[in-house]
Amino acid sequence: MSPRLIPALVLTAGLAATAAPATAGEPLAPHEKELMNLLRQDCGSCHGMTMKGGLGPALLPATLDGVPDEVLVKIILDGVPETPMPPWHPLIEPGDAAWMVRQLKDGLK
Amino acid sequence: MTVTRLKVPILIGLLGVAALATPALTRAVDGPRGTGDLGIIVERATGRVQIVETTGRTRLAKVEGLGDLSHASAVFSRDGRYAFVFGRDGGLTKVDLLTGTIAARVVQAGNSIGGAISQDGALVAVSNYTPGGVKVFSTATLAPVVDIPAAYGSDGRLSKVVGLVDAPGQRFVFSLYDAGEIWIADMTDPKAPRITKFRHIGKLPYDALVTGDGRYYVAGLFGEDGLAMLDLWHPEAGVRRILGGYGRGEKPLPVYKMPHLEGWARAGELLFLPAVGRHEVLVVDPRTWAEVGRIAVHGQPVFAVARPDGRQVWVNFAHPLNDTVQVIDVPTLKVVHEFKPGKAVLHLEFTPRGEQVWISVRDANRVDIYDTRTFARLGSLDVDKPSGIFLAARAHRIGL
Repeated sequence: MSPRLIPALVLTAGLAATAAPATAGEPLAPHEKELMNLLRQDCGSCHGMTMKGGLGPALLPATLDGVPDEVLVKIILDGVPETPMPPWHPLIEPGDAAWMVRQLKDGLK
Repeated sequence: MTVTRLKVPILIGLLGVAALATPALTRAVDGPRGTGDLGIIVERATGRVQIVETTGRTRLAKVEGLGDLSHASAVFSRDGRYAFVFGRDGGLTKVDLLTGTIAARVVQAGNSIGGAISQDGALVAVSNYTPGGVKVFSTATLAPVVDIPAAYGSDGRLSKVVGLVDAPGQRFVFSLYDAGEIWIADMTDPKAPRITKFRHIGKLPYDALVTGDGRYYVAGLFGEDGLAMLDLWHPEAGVRRILGGYGRGEKPLPVYKMPHLEGWARAGELLFLPAVGRHEVLVVDPRTWAEVGRIAVHGQPVFAVARPDGRQVWVNFAHPLNDTVQVIDVPTLKVVHEFKPGKAVLHLEFTPRGEQVWISVRDANRVDIYDTRTFARLGSLDVDKPSGIFLAARAHRIGL
């Protein structure tokens, strides 16, 4: 992670704790834009840019609905052993992971 | 915007000379020309490819409507005119480089990862995740020819298929990710392929390559150390484990982007491989398949690609160190140049004789072109979220 991102992460970890998921039409804050880019582009490398799956499983609202947010956040932060899903905690703050989970359940609107 | 045409035909059109030119208005190029210096760049987020030429380093056309192009790749027809683009969403699109149009398109599966063209150029094969297997189509029409479901185990579950390549002898070779198998499909009778299966080759083969001479097929394993190697001159000898110490090793780092094995580089007598979960490029002697060295690099390598003359190997890196490119000098096995084109360098492609390299800088929405001798930047093209760059000279190379 580049050092200049750290203040933004801290700032937005705070924001994400209070902010409701962005709804359609509501512009994203710069840091949320970065997270959305990470979701679509980097998570999308394995899960598909439209989250319909790839080497990794689909991450569509229908596939995630029954799974509690905490479980999904834990998967993002800790990874899944014996699979290519890496632990993201060195790069992603817990608050940001929670925000990303809400976006996924909301269908990346 | 639909199809952006070359400026010259548009100007001609404005001058009213284009009466004969319904085709000219959609053409990428005006009048006869070869495709040896053409190629495509994938705009992964917009379902579009750009057709480019490497002599004047310009864009000729944009072709839309190719679907989800995350992780898209392409192969070329043997005449170099058409690109077959494999989309993530199962789309297989035949793009005419000369007219800048879609010649044919099918959505052949739910989820795909890449493909290959047969030695005789008649067949294009796609490797699919869902439903797991390989589907083969006519390159002329994209009409289906045959399905090869990747069924394995006692209950015939379907495995995701990765690492699909062409090989001499009208063969396709591919790996079953879930099953840990390598299959050879001999397509001599296209409707009835002869399949040879190699089981227990290792856990989670995630990608593979065939060496440029078409002899060795090598699959990278994610589930354990080492790689699985099959000598296609001697398939009866079976699959051999090589580089048992290579791979994720004792202290693997988290892997935020899988290396791509198609880019593995053979330079001179040596093979250069990106290490999984290490900030290293491995150097291997393909005569013995023994590791002969490790080169410390900036991050986890994704592509390690040899300049066509084999003097240099260029390396890009996984997230989050993906703003950097390093150049390894082959005779000394040292990093001799490093630069930062921008955030998210996804791919690089050399011109056929290696004087230029084209580099995708995804988050800068730019493809940069460098002189490989002086390392000077020669120019840039605006490209929306560029990923793969595929030049038509691949038409004449085994395994690409």
